[in-house]
Amino acid sequence: MLWKLLVRYLQPQRRLLIAVVVFQLAQSVASLYLPTLNADIIDLGVARGDTGYILRVGSLMLLITLLQIACAVTAVYFGAKAAMGMGRDLRGAIFTRVGGFSEQEVTRFGPASLITRSTNDVQQVQQLVLMSATLMVAAPMLSIGGVVMAVRQDAQLSWLIAVSVPVLLIGVGLIVSRMVPLFRLMQLRIDAVNRVLREQLAGIRVVRAFVREDLETERFAGANADVTDTALRAGRLMALAFPVVMLVLNVSSVAVIWFGSFRIEDGSMQVGTLVAFLSYLLQILMSVMMATFMAVMIPRAAVSADRIGEVLETESSVRPPANPVVFAEEAGTETGTGTARGELEMRDVGFAYPGAERPVLSGVSFTAAAGRTTAVIGSTGSGKTTLVNLMPRLFDATSGSVRMGGVDVRELHPDRLWGHIGLVPQRPYLFSGTVRSNLLYGKPDATEEELWRALATAQAEDFVRQMEGGLDAPVSQGGTNVSGGQRQRLAIARALVKRPELYIFDDSFSSLDTATDARLRQALRRDTAGATLVIIAQRVSSIVDADQILVLDGGRIVGCGTHRELLETSETYREIVSSQLAAEEAA
Amino acid sequence: MSTSSRPRGTGAAPGTRQADVVRIPRPAGGPGRGGPFAGMNVPAEKALNFGPSALRLLGELRPERAWLVLVLALAVVSVAFSVTGPRLLGEGTNLIFAGAVSKNLPAGASQEQVIAGLRASGQDAQADMLGAMTLTPGAGIDFAALANVLLWALALYVLASAFGWIQAYVLNGVVQRTVYRLRERIEAKIHRLPLRYFDSIQRGELLSRVTNDVDNISQSLQQSISQAVTSLLTVLGVLVMMFLLSPVLALIALVTVPLTLVTTALIAKRSQKLFVAQWKHTGELNGQIEETYTGHALVKVFGRQREVEERFREKNAELFEASFGAQFISGLIMPALTFIGNLVYVGIAVVGGLQVASGAMQLGDVQAFIQYSRQFTQPLAQLGSMANLLQSGVASAERVFSLLDEDEQSVEDAGPAPVGGRGRLVFENVSFSYSPDKPLITDLSLVAEPGQTVAIVGPTGAGKTTLVNLMMRFYELDAGRITLDGVDVTSVPRRELRSRMGMVLQDTWLFGGTIRDNIAYGRPSASEAEILEAAQATYVDRFVSALPEGYDTVLEDEGSNVSAGEKQLLTIARAFLARPSVLILDEATSSVDTRTELLVQKAMSALRSDRTSFVIAHRLSTIRDADLILVMEAGQIVEQGTHASLLAAGGAYALLYEAQFAAPAAEV
Repeated sequence: MLWKLLVRYLQPQRRLLIAVVVFQLAQSVASLYLPTLNADIIDLGVARGDTGYILRVGSLMLLITLLQIACAVTAVYFGAKAAMGMGRDLRGAIFTRVGGFSEQEVTRFGPASLITRSTNDVQQVQQLVLMSATLMVAAPMLSIGGVVMAVRQDAQLSWLIAVSVPVLLIGVGLIVSRMVPLFRLMQLRIDAVNRVLREQLAGIRVVRAFVREDLETERFAGANADVTDTALRAGRLMALAFPVVMLVLNVSSVAVIWFGSFRIEDGSMQVGTLVAFLSYLLQILMSVMMATFMAVMIPRAAVSADRIGEVLETESSVRPPANPVVFAEEAGTETGTGTARGELEMRDVGFAYPGAERPVLSGVSFTAAAGRTTAVIGSTGSGKTTLVNLMPRLFDATSGSVRMGGVDVRELHPDRLWGHIGLVPQRPYLFSGTVRSNLLYGKPDATEEELWRALATAQAEDFVRQMEGGLDAPVSQGGTNVSGGQRQRLAIARALVKRPELYIFDDSFSSLDTATDARLRQALRRDTAGATLVIIAQRVSSIVDADQILVLDGGRIVGCGTHRELLETSETYREIVSSQLAAEEAA
Repeated sequence: MSTSSRPRGTGAAPGTRQADVVRIPRPAGGPGRGGPFAGMNVPAEKALNFGPSALRLLGELRPERAWLVLVLALAVVSVAFSVTGPRLLGEGTNLIFAGAVSKNLPAGASQEQVIAGLRASGQDAQADMLGAMTLTPGAGIDFAALANVLLWALALYVLASAFGWIQAYVLNGVVQRTVYRLRERIEAKIHRLPLRYFDSIQRGELLSRVTNDVDNISQSLQQSISQAVTSLLTVLGVLVMMFLLSPVLALIALVTVPLTLVTTALIAKRSQKLFVAQWKHTGELNGQIEETYTGHALVKVFGRQREVEERFREKNAELFEASFGAQFISGLIMPALTFIGNLVYVGIAVVGGLQVASGAMQLGDVQAFIQYSRQFTQPLAQLGSMANLLQSGVASAERVFSLLDEDEQSVEDAGPAPVGGRGRLVFENVSFSYSPDKPLITDLSLVAEPGQTVAIVGPTGAGKTTLVNLMMRFYELDAGRITLDGVDVTSVPRRELRSRMGMVLQDTWLFGGTIRDNIAYGRPSASEAEILEAAQATYVDRFVSALPEGYDTVLEDEGSNVSAGEKQLLTIARAFLARPSVLILDEATSSVDTRTELLVQKAMSALRSDRTSFVIAHRLSTIRDADLILVMEAGQIVEQGTHASLLAAGGAYALLYEAQFAAPAAEV
């Protein structure tokens, strides 16, 4: 996976990489040549006391050094650019891929893990490329150059290279291969640290209210100890790598001298050759050591690449259609099928989570007509939110079809589909920014007037006017700096600004007091004329005047009609109503 | 009561007021947080405060000093061995050379005779060379001596590697334990920060400090410490050798040091800012990613994918620019130092040549010196190249430190724990605001008698949730005081106070564990039977028993595999199990269907019977039998009484009530 990922994401950087190789090559040639000049300065200059020669060759040496530096700097420039460019592209690819995921895939990976993969894992791969570009390219060149020079010096002694280099490779290989599973564990455990901490931040009030700081600290300490333990074990292996390399390197030098001495003794080799051979061997082994430096980075990068690849290769379970149906006339409300664009229809819809025993929804059929309000009521866990999630294709139905404007939502282009839907989710999440930036979320070009109108309808005008900065008042992540009721109303206003054909309110009035709720619904009817409204509610008072009420129980529709009709026909509905009235009548 | 107050949103707005926070002294000039909402606008790039921050990072290693001394000792031995090794190899080479020379000399002649012979024939240089050797003319290489020397070298190398390994092993432990402590301290810090801090940050930005920055610190420490020690020791050792050989040449070599320092400093100054920017952008990008993934569904349905990606691309490009620049500029250090090394090499060669010519130095000594100068400049260059690793690490460390330096909640008075009263809660002339120019609650007083159920009603934004926040001491008062059983709550440790309170919040929060663990969160010491009892009383048991794994069902990320209503039931069960003396229910059942709510309420009234409870609800039906109903408007209590008395009074409550029940009652 690492290789595959590198090939794919280094493709755009190939010009830079070629430049890196060229300049590194030039750099290596220079550094192979410099020792010869060094030797000349000593042998021909210093030994003879020839200052003029020293200065001449010295200037040449400095000139070559300058060239070498120019090459090295250029190589670093292109290398850093290529590595960081690849990191940037990789992060972008993951971000885009996750953007296309349905809720199912996001839940499967878990946001915490997706976050680690988007930054930390990319960092590992990026670092490997950076090191490769600065060290790895030069290392093989230097070692090949070294081998050629050494063999030219004395072919007979070259068997030592044939022994020491493989020994080195096997040693490093053994260590590195043991590190792979450890690093796999390590990234998983970083995920866990991320997850525990993210949960703590999200639930900070609950943690404090229940005085469970110690418990949380313990939970975090567990995750922290796990990651430390893995890092320790991986680090110990890493600690072994360099001493092993150094040992092989040094033992080889000793061996060269020992075996070389016999060849000198029988006159088949000169002492000078032995010294030269030794220095080339050292050069080879130094390069291998540099490569080892890289090699210990490979396992972690490989594991990270796997994790990145896993995200990039996951197809969203909600796929956009190959040939999306386009509503006939974008400007009008008709779709060409004779059905209003906002009309929503479910035909025998069922939904089950993969691997679940029971379906969450089954045999759901109804039509929510344009200009009408359709309410859904039912007990906790009866499948209301799941039903709502099928409409904007946050999930796809496992059977039957969900149709909008007479077209199956799976055949509509997602952008088009979403463009027609205004969703107010059960958990009214706000993004960090300002009131304005949140309101503009669905319609970036909305005018100030449109914003205030939506706020007025959502019964949010008064408090936004009183907020410091009004529309530009800061909103913290998740909207934690406004009350639950205010958050719900801002989320409603956000959907209203968008002016879609289909509104979905998923239990969106639960934090509102009843007077506000009543005013809001009245204003809503005025402001959304012609659009389809789907309202999920717990309170009968919120839906009593809906055109159609669906009673959901155990994932099935057990009643459908107006408030009046249902009171006569649906036992479940009567129970719900009486549960609320029982309290009220007693009052 | 004052009438000057204006309503404001409940919940915290970022404020700069310091009433409830204590300043922790931080090193002079130390960077602070980039102001509230740092993630949203781009604050001016801060320069790295390298010196103090690096020292502080080193200070983090203090608990490991015993181990560090060992690392140092092992490094000294290891360096000594690997410096001695080449000398032994050199001796080996000399033996071979001597052998090769001897072999060509007439056997039987003594060394003195040979040298004298050479001088006679005018070959003075060769005579000098041979004079320095031990020769047995005609004998060839002394293999016994050679084997002896090489075995010693072998032993030294094995030992050097062994010591090197132990050193790296110990150092690994030092670094990992230090990093463990850093993470531990960040986590502990989170529990000491005032709540308003969390209103002003992006979660992902903070998370990045724990994962990406700490990871970076670990890698830089690991690589730089062992290298720094070895390089430094090598430099010192070689310097000593050079001074012994030739003070004059050593002085020339010494020129390398200031040159290296100045060059490194010049380059580092430029790359520092970029490293700071690199890790800042990493954090901000992480924040953006976290927020987008959290609001995933909204981003899609509101068709924001493109805009979100656009914003991501901008940040991503900024990160690219910073990290590319940092790597490139710091990558200049190594080549620059190589050049300085070569420059000095030539200098030594020139002066050395002159010395030899003038007879001030032997050729062999100059040769040896030149070898040493190579050994001298290489570790120096390595030290320089470590500068970029170190800078990156210190830039990350600074981000961690700035979090650790954030102002904390006021310190707890370790006053006497209150006598276990029955839960009489009194607000005396309480004033509070989230930001100083927007008073929210002014001069509010109320009394909740033990065992009473006090309901708080009023329009959204009237300050109901703020009241709860103040009871829990999530925020500190501006004026007035709150007492619990006669004791000022500020004189009670927060934990003490909160452990007497049970709370069910509007926002359900469950952690990624089993359902059982989530209920037991209310009281970890609870027995299985007690957990089950709480679950049954709050109707959790009903839906849990339908789950295939029952109480062992693991809640996925923030509980997405149970419905919102079921989550609320779980949070109620959690509070039920806690059995606090004061119970606070803030819209506890808003997402629960009304039939279940009715049942839950019966259970709750049993729970409420012997303890003081505060109930915030919008559905007036749920609070009609409260002992005291407080009607709040704009941060003040405008009416109080029982349901019947308030209805009779025909005031604000009566209006609210009418608005709520007129419609459905008429329909049925």
